[in-house]
Amino acid sequence: MSEINVKKALGQGVVIEAIESMTGAESIAPDHMGRGARPATGYVPQGVAVTPAQQHDIEQLLYRQAAMLDAKRWLEWTELFATDGVYWMPATPEQTDWMSQPSIFAEDRLLMEVRMGRLQHPNAWSQAAQWHTNHLVGNVVIESIGDAQAEVWSRFQMMELRRDSVRHFGGSYRHSLVRTGDAWRIRLQRVDLMNAQAAFDYVIQAWV
Amino acid sequence: MSLPSLQSLVEPDRVHRSVYTDPAIFDLEMRNIWERTWVYCGHESQVPQVGDYHTLQIGRQPMVMVRQKDGSVRVLYNRCPHRGVQLCGNQRGNTGTGFVCSYHAWSFHLDGKVRAIPLKQGYEGTRLDMGHPDCSMKSAARVDSYRGFVFASLADEGPGLLEFLGDAKVAFDDMCDRSPLGEVEVVPVCHRVVQHSNWKFFMENQLDALHPSVTHQSTGVPARRVEQRVKADQGAAPLFFHYLSAFATSFDQWDSVQTVNFPRGHGILKAYMGLRPTDPDTVAYEALMKQAYGEQKAEEFLSRSIHHVLVYPYLSVQSPLQQLRCLRPLAADKTLSEIWHFRLKGAPEAIYRRSLWYFNLVNSPATMINADDLENWTKGQWGLQGSMAGDWVSFHRNHGGDEQRDGVLYSNKGTSEVVMRSQFKAWSEYMAPALAAAEA
Repeated sequence: MSEINVKKALGQGVVIEAIESMTGAESIAPDHMGRGARPATGYVPQGVAVTPAQQHDIEQLLYRQAAMLDAKRWLEWTELFATDGVYWMPATPEQTDWMSQPSIFAEDRLLMEVRMGRLQHPNAWSQAAQWHTNHLVGNVVIESIGDAQAEVWSRFQMMELRRDSVRHFGGSYRHSLVRTGDAWRIRLQRVDLMNAQAAFDYVIQAWV
Repeated sequence: MSLPSLQSLVEPDRVHRSVYTDPAIFDLEMRNIWERTWVYCGHESQVPQVGDYHTLQIGRQPMVMVRQKDGSVRVLYNRCPHRGVQLCGNQRGNTGTGFVCSYHAWSFHLDGKVRAIPLKQGYEGTRLDMGHPDCSMKSAARVDSYRGFVFASLADEGPGLLEFLGDAKVAFDDMCDRSPLGEVEVVPVCHRVVQHSNWKFFMENQLDALHPSVTHQSTGVPARRVEQRVKADQGAAPLFFHYLSAFATSFDQWDSVQTVNFPRGHGILKAYMGLRPTDPDTVAYEALMKQAYGEQKAEEFLSRSIHHVLVYPYLSVQSPLQQLRCLRPLAADKTLSEIWHFRLKGAPEAIYRRSLWYFNLVNSPATMINADDLENWTKGQWGLQGSMAGDWVSFHRNHGGDEQRDGVLYSNKGTSEVVMRSQFKAWSEYMAPALAAAEA
């Protein structure tokens, strides 16, 4: 008997059509936030014409910087900065000033020296555990270049191993470079960490 | 599984390791402490416009703090009464004139009252219709605020907010009184850091004056070296070096910094950083304060001896620098801290920037200080997992030397473990009824 009823029920039905009217949540609360298309976000760099030698020079600087971090050659890393150089990791991408809004890092050469001192101190307890990083820098776009200065945008990925845990960080660099002698030095390195407002599992001990 | 008795967990000078490690005890803490007492939700300035919301966790309950049409702030359970789906899926935002569920479009006014249900005739003749209170979002039992800081309690009964805060309310007075207008506003960046340890490690550590010169030596020493060089070169060094170098002082110095321990586990570590230099910015700011409050009051406000105030069991307020850290425990061995900075309304920009240096250097996720604290607490949590080397955590230091006046315990020595003894006294008071019941 029930088999016959099920057969009968399955023999009938409606076809749902897409219709041009307000549907779902829209029909209930048309004024609710979230209406309208979500805007595009983020930054798309614009490269300028450069010579292969210029591109090579600047890429080598970025690669060297990454290698210094991974090799824990802190002094050589800080020396890539100009004497008035600043390393800045803002808390949000909208921030424009390293002195007036909360940052994750906001360090001049003197504060870099303090952090370096900590990392090298025999009693930096959290450095006792095995700890290594692995940086990859790419997508290098030179946005402006002259004899004395250059603006360079790039992306980075960084994998960190601490004890038995792996963390993954990524984001973009903006290097403002100045030419001193025959080398580029960093006047400002802005680091927009994609994970900057996510919850941090533990903290970040060294520059990214 | 039966629970241990309170007597087997807490003694006057030591506690059993399981209060840090046992998930069943953590569960009881959530139910009997967090889900009963007043919990900090946020500052009113986090939700300035109608419909602005901020989500948070009280114990195990997902909540949402939301600005109402009449300007008040309410705290609701972040849960659709239909199928239990969270209504706000983001940390913060604006929800317009009401909440709409993403699952079946039940909608609610900002005060949580149901606004519309699709095809509502489907509920006719059932136990649940639109008039039923179960169709609306549920509110926290009690919501109150003090000087703009919003708290909620999920229990209908119990002490009021001011009674709960007791003398620890000075945290918010000290913060606001330092503004010539008597108010602060939030800086809209929240750093969040997860520690792999029980929440008690944080609370104990905040007033533990013996640890800094050990734990933070690696930062204090290089900071002092650079500070002294800058002083020699330029005559003066920015105050922010001192924020770090102060940690490199001697055991004797730390022993001279008093702690004040209130009922309910609250407490104060008195000041030691010397935040009143005589640079032009500070002089101009202090003149503004005197103009606003008169000589005597301004002096009282500026000279309060506080490094930070603990509101037990979850808040550390660094009032002289306008920052706070709020714990949201996630598990017996996992705790989230939310870290906020505030701006003194009407104070010069330079004073904000001075405190911002502390926020950046000490309280950011790249902190040179808490890196080693978190390491201690993680290793502490692991150390307490084992039982065969001992079950007890010692708080014997200066036991018997505490000075009690009007129910407040003053440490005879800065490094006294009276801090932990006082916190566990409060913990026992919260937990006694539950543990007694479990025993019966």
